[in-house]
Amino acid sequence: MNVKLKGRKVVGGVAEGEALVSSEAVSFYGGVDPETGIIIDHGHPLEGRSITGKVFIFPTGKGSTVGSYVIYRMKKLGTAPAAIVNVETEIIIATGCVISEVPLVDKLDGNPLIDFSDGMHLRVDADEGFVEIISRD
Amino acid sequence: MYLTKEQEAMLSGGEGAAAAKMLELLVALGEVFGAERLVQVESAHISGVSYKNLGEAGLEWLTEQADMGARVRIRATLNPAGMDMDKWREMGVPEEFADGQRRVLETFRRMNVEPTCTCTPYLIGHKPDRGTQVAWAESSAVCYVNSVIGARTNRESGPTTLASAVTGLAALYGYRLEEKRRPGYIVNLDQTPETIMNYSAVGYIVGKRLGTIVPYIRGLGNPGTEALKALGASAATSGGIALWHGEGITPEADAMSDYLEGLEKLSIDREDIVEAKEALSKPLKDPIVVLGCPHATLNEIFEISQRVKGRKMEGKLWVFTSRGVYHEAEMAGYMKTIEEAGGRVYRDTCMVVAPLKEMGWSEVATNSFKAAHYMASMGLETRIDTIKGLLEG
Repeated sequence: MNVKLKGRKVVGGVAEGEALVSSEAVSFYGGVDPETGIIIDHGHPLEGRSITGKVFIFPTGKGSTVGSYVIYRMKKLGTAPAAIVNVETEIIIATGCVISEVPLVDKLDGNPLIDFSDGMHLRVDADEGFVEIISRD
Repeated sequence: MYLTKEQEAMLSGGEGAAAAKMLELLVALGEVFGAERLVQVESAHISGVSYKNLGEAGLEWLTEQADMGARVRIRATLNPAGMDMDKWREMGVPEEFADGQRRVLETFRRMNVEPTCTCTPYLIGHKPDRGTQVAWAESSAVCYVNSVIGARTNRESGPTTLASAVTGLAALYGYRLEEKRRPGYIVNLDQTPETIMNYSAVGYIVGKRLGTIVPYIRGLGNPGTEALKALGASAATSGGIALWHGEGITPEADAMSDYLEGLEKLSIDREDIVEAKEALSKPLKDPIVVLGCPHATLNEIFEISQRVKGRKMEGKLWVFTSRGVYHEAEMAGYMKTIEEAGGRVYRDTCMVVAPLKEMGWSEVATNSFKAAHYMASMGLETRIDTIKGLLEG
């Protein structure tokens, strides 16, 4: 069965990529290395994993507002995620995605942290406000 | 979100690519926070200036905006940089950092932002009228402008304040709305704070306990500018407080007393203050005393000069202030007294945004809970005391 969750477009665009799901909130400033795309937040469940090119799914952002600039830097360096899916986004992630043109959707009609899992191939159509599974491996 | 014809035109590039991009950001955030429309703002205070926080990433974004033609259309001042723009070498700031910092300021200048480099724009003549909509970042200045002045802003960021400065607009949500400014908690002080340090402690405790709830504080006595800026700065540091009301003190407090019924109460006593102070205080051997967080007022510099007169601080006293206040203090002769005692006074920067580790610092003592909080998180050993205790103890 093909799961398709509908939600809210925050930043438009269409992207595909492998899912990477974080159960915890993410701070880009000090939490992600923009040079490598790797999560460096000590003790974070995804510490050591790369978010580059992924459909990065996490509850919400946290930390310093400078985090917005980190997303922008990653986009410029080619280490940014393909798209971001939040349960409910906030100002740091939303600002970062707007200035970097990274598609961002949130408030889906299902729980993206449960319905999607690492390694699934996902398609994010932020313009139309949905996320769907293309393949499960 | 509803946009006027003029705003629609700006969004589709009628006023240049930069304004369009900036408005796109404000509209996207407005949608996220459920704003129904945009509102005109009259002043902006822009954060994200220190090269330490901004790095090449932030500088690249700012440069791109300036290249696209971003120019501010309302009064816009700038938060502190990572160094005194003239005396950085004396501060021990590395050359490479200084180069990055100069490029940041040059980029802001191209966009016609006033390079004030202070967290206290309200002390140097950038003081909006009560009730006006503004777009301010720098959490301590946000607290001051919302609470003490009674203008209206959310807790903005570097990109959003620049976007508001360039478009003259902000999305109408949060603390811009009358009903969102109402208190959510009552705070009772068992004892009136006697020192700036104690006002700073009260703010720190309130922020820690209440997070982002708007507090209505009773028992503050008769605080001056210094106490008001200290309280807000630490409340915004330990929590996310952007607005507070002080009974009999802040301009909206009277009107807010209609909404106190049924609110939960928090009381703060002397023990809470001692506990908060001890949590950020270690016995230190040879600390550098750092004052001016937020940037020192003329009164504070006067007090410092009186307390160090004739003493030998030998570079172990650093004071941070704005250029405006520095100039007044110089005219009044306070600067000479502090410098003769071996103290140093720097402008454009502070202990929170300067690269202290790279400058070789390890032990610091201050009267500000905000400064102590951030310096501790940078890995420095801290102690908190009053100005008197720090300089004469």
